[in-house]
Amino acid sequence: MTKRVNTTKMAQFGSDAFAAKSFWHNGPAPGASYNFPNMRSSSGEEEMQRSQTPITTGTSVLGLKFDNGVIICADTLGSYGSLARFRDCQRVMKVNNNIAVGVGGDYADFQYLKRVIDQKIMDEHIADDGFALKPKALYTWLTRVMYNRRNKFDPLWNNYVVGGMQEGVPFLGAVDLRGMAYQDRHIATGYGSYIALPLLRDAADKNPNMSLQQAKEIMEKCLEVLYYRDARSFPKYQMAIVTAEGVTVSDVLEVKSNWEVAHMISGF
Amino acid sequence: MSSIGTGYDLSASQFSPDGRVFQVEYAQKAVENSGTAIGLRGKDGVVFAVEKLVQSKLYEFGANKRIFTVDSHVGMAVAGLLADAKQIVETSRSECADYRSQYGSNIPLKYLNDRVSMFMHAYTLYSAVRPFGCSAIMGSYDPIEGPAMFVVDSSGVSHGYYGCAIGKAKQSAKTEMEKLNLANMSCRELVKEAARIIYLVHDELKDKAFELELSWVGEATGGRHERVPKEIFQEAEKFANSALEDDSESDSEDA
Amino acid sequence: MALSGMTSQMSMTPKFQHNFMGPDWLHAEHSTGTSIMAVEYDGGVIIGADSRTTTGAYIANRVTDKLTRISDSIYCCRSGSAADTQAIADIVAYHLEFLSLEQGEPPLVETAANIFRQLCYDYRDQLTAGIIVAGWDSRKGGQVYCIPVGGMLVRQPLSIGGSGSTYVYGYVDANYKDNMTREECKKFVTNSLALAMMRDGSSGGVVRLGAIDKTGIERFVFTGKDIPKFYEG
Repeated sequence: MTKRVNTTKMAQFGSDAFAAKSFWHNGPAPGASYNFPNMRSSSGEEEMQRSQTPITTGTSVLGLKFDNGVIICADTLGSYGSLARFRDCQRVMKVNNNIAVGVGGDYADFQYLKRVIDQKIMDEHIADDGFALKPKALYTWLTRVMYNRRNKFDPLWNNYVVGGMQEGVPFLGAVDLRGMAYQDRHIATGYGSYIALPLLRDAADKNPNMSLQQAKEIMEKCLEVLYYRDARSFPKYQMAIVTAEGVTVSDVLEVKSNWEVAHMISGF
Repeated sequence: MSSIGTGYDLSASQFSPDGRVFQVEYAQKAVENSGTAIGLRGKDGVVFAVEKLVQSKLYEFGANKRIFTVDSHVGMAVAGLLADAKQIVETSRSECADYRSQYGSNIPLKYLNDRVSMFMHAYTLYSAVRPFGCSAIMGSYDPIEGPAMFVVDSSGVSHGYYGCAIGKAKQSAKTEMEKLNLANMSCRELVKEAARIIYLVHDELKDKAFELELSWVGEATGGRHERVPKEIFQEAEKFANSALEDDSESDSEDA
Repeated sequence: MALSGMTSQMSMTPKFQHNFMGPDWLHAEHSTGTSIMAVEYDGGVIIGADSRTTTGAYIANRVTDKLTRISDSIYCCRSGSAADTQAIADIVAYHLEFLSLEQGEPPLVETAANIFRQLCYDYRDQLTAGIIVAGWDSRKGGQVYCIPVGGMLVRQPLSIGGSGSTYVYGYVDANYKDNMTREECKKFVTNSLALAMMRDGSSGGVVRLGAIDKTGIERFVFTGKDIPKFYEG
């Protein structure tokens, strides 16, 4: 919500006719300069505060490079505070034949940027020059868009995970709401960075050249653990796989979970 | 020409005493000097074909294309001054993008046609501008509404068609189309006919080299406007050539 | 004024109220703390709403119509600030009327929803509006689109909104069925709203319904004894 903050007005509204007069009366507030009658306060302009907050949100996004491609996963929940309001919010998207993107954070902002990206891809298709956007280009472009918006103090409240094939080599990068960006072998945003990332690192250390199948398995494991421990997660998800053959985004899949330990617990 | 020397043809903002705007008519002449472009609308889509005249052997193959994708579901074939046509294409593209960003769905071709016609017409009203020396065929396919096709010319007038031709040999191309039952033909059939018509109307004596351009939008392409794939293109070209040979054989027999 | 029944996130109540400001109805914004709902059924949609508009805890209007016409076969259910949502609905209706005049045919529900979305997203910092757009068109039949605070847009076969909705998520999840008949669907919406109105202080009054299909809209009002009763202990 935007609040218009006018310091002088605030002072008037903040006072209470029945309370004691303010300690520092008839002069500038401590630390402020003197305001002459009928003159605007120091800057003259009203300050605008854009303390925008995310409303409908998606939780973690996971990304992982394997032998000859990249996997990106995210569940399909659009949370409204703690209310699991939209249970079919797909936030893994195919960009073109060599890029997939996964998104967390504000879903309205994602929809906005998705429209921009879709039109970008359309313009490129229309140009009919045989060139296609590459993952690193989209990733870099995203850093500019996100950083620009943060400089307007009106950030797009998202995490973007970009995966794709760049000159035959798997690419994986992440951009956050401030435009902060990095590339890595594995990426997890939000709760995933606490819970899934250690699992991904461990798996990649033990098996540096993962096959697609192995990569899928570790991703499924991560989603399962996230479902156990992230209160904003959901047991339905999508998985995008990018290889030299192209991009596939799966249908909505279900997390396999196991609650058998519950039988061994009594008391607390 | 009756207009020359009368002074009524110097500006698009002035009528001649018999009610004509000569600048617009001159612009239409520019279209008639261009290689032919045709559009065929069948039962399941629209097919475009262009006779792209190659002025010099030094040009790269495939340069200066005259069929454009305007939006995922809209194609445009043009005739006339290519630079003018490109502005029409760009205008159409931004109309499509604006419509999608505002209303979240594909622009209906009827609406796009209205907007583009209005734009072209505006350039026939003022002394400071020159009408567009080009004409455009636009076609699209919608799974529910079916195929649609319009032609807009330099004056800003537009019509919907089943078969249309613009450029040099538009008359003979139209004659050829009238022999076909367009409304009931499929895109696969139309591609062949389109190639045949272009080959047929091409004037080998006046214009030496030409390249055939073929594109389509319809059920077969999932509603997207695309260039006709290589195999189907070659098949159509082969069909066109053999039809021409048959034709010339029967001609010689008659003689 | 708030259309009764906004969720905590939508609440316009200032965090601090000063004594000298007097009772809340003097300064609180009119809002539709609300219960609203729309459901797709076989051949159309049912829309529904309670009728309470509050200013703080004061009921400024007990017979509000929160089902607002956008075109002959597109309506919206409004929740949030009454002023904001009325203004948005007016603007969208204007845009849509103009567009359908240009196109020479009735507008699509999808188009209406996108204009709502555009306004709600672009001005999300200044608006408090949770809107459900529902209607019928020849392209996709009965459709429901949800535009919550924040300005996202999703199509849903069933959408509920406003403060009252939070009390009936369980009920609608348990009782929704695909391809209900018109009568089944009306019953489902009436029951859900009745339950929401009984638990949400910002919702109440009468149940207003609209059934939209290819023939247009038919409107219903349920008052007093006609509103279904459930456990009240």
